[in-house]
Amino acid sequence: MEELVNLFHGFAVALQPFNIMVMVLGIVLGVIIGVLPGLGGANGVAILLPLTFSMPPTSAIIMLSCIYWGALFGGAITSILFNIPGEPWSVATTFDGYPMAQQGKAGEALTAAFTSSFVGALFAVVMITLVAPLVAGFALQFGPAEKFAVYFLAFCSFVGLSKEPPFKTIAAMMIGFALAAVGLDSITGQLRLTFGFTPLLNGFDFLIAVIGLFGIGEILLTMEEGLAFRGGKAKINLRVVLQTWKELPKYWMTSLRSCFIGCWMGVTPAGATPASFMSYGIAKRMAKNGKNFGKGEIEGVVAPETAAHAAGTSALLPMLSLGVPGSPTAAVLLGGLLIWGLQPGPMLFVEQKEFVWGLIASMYLGNIVGLIVVLTCVPIFAAILRVPFSIIAPLILVLCAIGAYSVHSSTFDVMLMLVFGVIGYLLKKCNYPLAPLVLAIVLGDKAEEAFRQSLLGSQGSFGVFLSNPLVSTIMILGLIALFWSLIQEGYSRLRSAATA
Amino acid sequence: MTTGSSSNTGPTHKLVEAGVTLLIALFGVIVIVGSLKAGINWGAEGPRAGFFPFYIGLFIVASSAINLWHGLREDNDALFAEWGQLRQVLSVVIPTAIYVGAMPFTGLYVASIIFIAWFMRWLGKYRWLTVLAVAFGMPIVTYFIFERWFMVPLPKGPVEEWLDL
Repeated sequence: MEELVNLFHGFAVALQPFNIMVMVLGIVLGVIIGVLPGLGGANGVAILLPLTFSMPPTSAIIMLSCIYWGALFGGAITSILFNIPGEPWSVATTFDGYPMAQQGKAGEALTAAFTSSFVGALFAVVMITLVAPLVAGFALQFGPAEKFAVYFLAFCSFVGLSKEPPFKTIAAMMIGFALAAVGLDSITGQLRLTFGFTPLLNGFDFLIAVIGLFGIGEILLTMEEGLAFRGGKAKINLRVVLQTWKELPKYWMTSLRSCFIGCWMGVTPAGATPASFMSYGIAKRMAKNGKNFGKGEIEGVVAPETAAHAAGTSALLPMLSLGVPGSPTAAVLLGGLLIWGLQPGPMLFVEQKEFVWGLIASMYLGNIVGLIVVLTCVPIFAAILRVPFSIIAPLILVLCAIGAYSVHSSTFDVMLMLVFGVIGYLLKKCNYPLAPLVLAIVLGDKAEEAFRQSLLGSQGSFGVFLSNPLVSTIMILGLIALFWSLIQEGYSRLRSAATA
Repeated sequence: MTTGSSSNTGPTHKLVEAGVTLLIALFGVIVIVGSLKAGINWGAEGPRAGFFPFYIGLFIVASSAINLWHGLREDNDALFAEWGQLRQVLSVVIPTAIYVGAMPFTGLYVASIIFIAWFMRWLGKYRWLTVLAVAFGMPIVTYFIFERWFMVPLPKGPVEEWLDL
């Protein structure tokens, strides 16, 4: 009941005129970011983060999270109309969305995509509203060993659930941890890994890494592919929207299933991209007309979009309640919290009620605003894509440079950004996942601190990580997540052996 | 992306991937060396500064060794990219490097104008009028949004000083 009261207070905060204004601004910017190649949710938010330095924290987080929702919506537009996923999580949307557009059903596909996104997000927000305070309350009792166990679980899920080869995921993650370790050691105050190079005293800022890896890296990939946009026209009118809405309830089962998959994958930091693929795959297997998938089946748009949005939204649950972001974009938002002087983690729910509930309320409102904006303005956003890449590319590069500079007002960071960009291009081409690298840079210091404090408490004995039921449960869950693919394989082998 | 036909040449994926893996391993070695310098054993205040990164470095080297082995065993002679594609990539990387390197001396605005104009004229072959409109328009809009409305200072050089911005 107390949550409901808090939520109403949150709505009062989110409905202040200034906050509504930044909400709409955020959504529009977000959709543009989602539509443009090379600008994604994570680095879009990172570039615009400096703009919020002078705002009150609640308005700032509302604007940034709305950019994120906008980017989630925007990814679908390019997938359906141009067969070019604006974001990795909308790749699965191209499978059926683009064929629909080619058959002249672009309006239906877009309506289905936006509506499903909205449903997925709403489901996830309701879950956050109900679950986040409980998790936070529970997490207040955590000591350093439990904290480390939670980080351990988060990183193990990455290895077990990502579709990249596990040792590449581990390598990428460890690079992130190593980069996080550079500079001043927070416990002993000693310098390390700087090799006498002064600009490295403060270590690597993950915002620079995000802008480089995702922004510059993506532009380089796009340049290599020599992108040219060819695609269908966007026409949505009220009749098409209403007609599609009438049809959508038929797929409630797919929707509900995708919501659950999305929430699960979003809370464990597997993220929106695998969630959308998994949801598409399962829908294809379960649906009545599953063999028509890939030829323009509306259910094939519903499944990935619902899951991607549910995952993208629920990634904020562990960020808010535990201080462990579930996706790179959530990590950037967490970085924002630190800059605005807020300590992410369970104490937020105690000390910063207005902030937390204002944010949660803005998620409800932001997604409604988002749905209206994208349904009414699709032709405008699609027109942006007709601007040739040789104009867009330099503008995005300049924006990335501005974003990287303004984090610390340092031109060294801008050079670092370019280096990260080239690294990102190479890693991505070689099938290394970038998300764990970024999360490791963000969480590296905290994970290390928790690890060393636990060992300090136990005089160096690793037994501390199995010393009580709570910490052992989390650690064992982590190990299960780590070896998940092996367990799955073993299980299916056992089953096939049993049937044979 | 097109898969290599006989006329398209370029470095093989296997070769580049092996190179990247070796670079990652080298990075791991650097981390280990740095950690050893910082001290990896226990001191009076508990584990010393190099304790944690030392093991991270070991993990990097070990997983790179496995990745290298996997990569080399793979029977795959696909191309990493064609030379023409790599030229495209470099045609962005090199100017951006010059742009970024010039920024501390020229400031952001002048460097951006030249960079955008070069990019549009050379790669996009636009008319000068369009080129100049975008090249000047974007930094001016940036100036108002960042410096005026949101009070975020951006790097300035002699020209901005002279204009007293």
